[in-house]
Amino acid sequence: MARRVVVDTGPMARVEGEGSLSIVETGRGGPEVKLNIFEPPRFFEALLRGRRAEEVPDIVSRICGICPVAYQISSLNALEGLFGVDVDEQVRRLRRILYFGEWIESHALHIFMLAAPDFMGVPDAIAMAKRDPELVREALTLKRLGNSLMSTVGGREIHPVSLKVGGIYRAPSKGALASLLPELDRLRGSVQKMVAFVASLERPSLERESTLVCLSDPTRYAIDRGEIVSNQGLRLPPSAFEEKFEEYQVEYSNALHSRIRGGGSYMVGPLARFSLNYDQLNPAARALAKEVGLKPPLNDPFQSILVRALEIVHALEETEREVKEYEEPVRQSVPYRTKAGTCYGVSEAPRGILYHSYTINVRGQVESAKIVPPTAQNQARMEDDVRLLAPRIIRTGADEARRISEMAIRNYDPCISCATHFLRLDIRRA
Amino acid sequence: MSKPRLGVFKFSSCDGCQLSILDAEDELLELLDRVELADFLEASSASSGAPYDVALVEGSVSTADEAERIMRIRKESKMLVALGACATSGGLQALRNWSSLGLFESAVYPEPEVARALEKVLPISDIVAVDFELRGCPVSKAQLLQFFAATLRGAKLRLPGSAVCFECKRAENPCLVVAGGTPCLGPITASGCGALCPSRGRGCYGCFGPSDDANPESYASWLAAHGVDRSTIGLLLKGANSQSPEFRRWIEKNG
Repeated sequence: MARRVVVDTGPMARVEGEGSLSIVETGRGGPEVKLNIFEPPRFFEALLRGRRAEEVPDIVSRICGICPVAYQISSLNALEGLFGVDVDEQVRRLRRILYFGEWIESHALHIFMLAAPDFMGVPDAIAMAKRDPELVREALTLKRLGNSLMSTVGGREIHPVSLKVGGIYRAPSKGALASLLPELDRLRGSVQKMVAFVASLERPSLERESTLVCLSDPTRYAIDRGEIVSNQGLRLPPSAFEEKFEEYQVEYSNALHSRIRGGGSYMVGPLARFSLNYDQLNPAARALAKEVGLKPPLNDPFQSILVRALEIVHALEETEREVKEYEEPVRQSVPYRTKAGTCYGVSEAPRGILYHSYTINVRGQVESAKIVPPTAQNQARMEDDVRLLAPRIIRTGADEARRISEMAIRNYDPCISCATHFLRLDIRRA
Repeated sequence: MSKPRLGVFKFSSCDGCQLSILDAEDELLELLDRVELADFLEASSASSGAPYDVALVEGSVSTADEAERIMRIRKESKMLVALGACATSGGLQALRNWSSLGLFESAVYPEPEVARALEKVLPISDIVAVDFELRGCPVSKAQLLQFFAATLRGAKLRLPGSAVCFECKRAENPCLVVAGGTPCLGPITASGCGALCPSRGRGCYGCFGPSDDANPESYASWLAAHGVDRSTIGLLLKGANSQSPEFRRWIEKNG
């Protein structure tokens, strides 16, 4: 049998960054599925060498315009760990509020602007707004609240400027944060309608066994730090990440894939968090989960959109509590001295674990850096999902096959700019 | 009158500048109602393609494919706008232009043809003519909306090329450099951010690139005379706008 191209999306719309998906029937065994990531690499790990440790959070935030806070927090966790910096409890709270803002903004963007159009059979949120203006306006209000939280704490929503190694440059006043409470409170009320909308979307299903990996924090549904855990009983400190997980290259992608050493692909992100940290979700989010019929463990990636909606509920509830408990920090930042050594930092970006490791020299400069973003970790899983769906979708028409396979990719809300930042450049001249 | 055809394109970048469009939550629906969205891959799977009345381009050019693509978009567009630091002066990824290639060659990438990286990362204007620039890493949402407001009326926006200091003074901030000896690029960086960093007690790190009258050489000497070591000044200039002519000249001369 000749090779037959079943799906070739070309540059894929409504994902962050540049990639395409192809499914090819080869006549031998299963179909060939390739997520081709052609976003050009930007070599951030190499660019960091020789920079001062204090510059790292601002540099790495530029890896991603959608989750800059995740980059800042993972790098701060690594560096502050090495330098023995213990930041003020209220500063940690501010960092969490900033991070919740990013979750709310990123999840709202994903659900309503990037993913929902697939379910509604329209090309974009603009077309959705013509059909249901109320819903889209409310979704934008939710997204705006996420951005307001970020700009209040961070100065601006994209590449915030307020965080520094040791603390925060200037903490917002209690009043500035409190001024967001009325909107926060109103959205806590209306978000149920949005969850109901997401639950009403007709989702395909893909039940499969999965290795789910996320962070675990004894004090909360992990976001700003934690240990690495899996549904296979794994429990590791961040420093052991590279002992258990490895990256490898495939020839058609500008982003490295990840796998468990001696094992296969794994999944990070909302499904893993929901499955492993369910008990720590805010009661309001758990109650809604029950109402829409979701319970852990969850293996079906098409449920991700609904879990993201529930995580918005969780973030709104937790943010309101954190804002109410906020007191202006006694110590905005603590003095520190750089120390030579290798350090490790993780946090839960909206799309899953974001791992950073830096080696700092005696002059306080970066000797080497390694960053493993969630989308790179999920890449192999995305292809696995499409491979499993292939027998089903190959029988449908070309348009439907394309729609379902693009949805299977969007389940992971891929952030391709993140995923490709780390390739090393090799210029070979003739 | 028919609506202007808008294209939004991504090159090597973090996505933050085009996200700034989607971050204009209060204005977005009205804005998108007043243009015909011809191409905006991140926001829509509908594409009607060229020609474009206005093309907004985010990112720098770092591969041979991107160089070809920007030339094609230029041909198809009446007005081409460079959006943000990557597009206007290379962005952080252009820092590799300052490194010896050996640094990057040390780790060998087994399939080099996948990346097809150019030797240097270039701002858009190094390849094609650019009609308008919005600065910043990321762009200012306010300036972006001013741009749309003016362009949709057929007017040309003029942005002040003055330094961050002007905004900082209006915000009544005490000067960080004079009062505290904090290194700050405010005097030679274009305004537009609203003196975001100095208002939070941190020195400006230059993400809007050089102001109209920036003289990095003179300012660096002044800073050095006031106790800031030159390597600190060099690192500040080696940020997202290291390929702007003014900053680049200083780096070339002083390393």
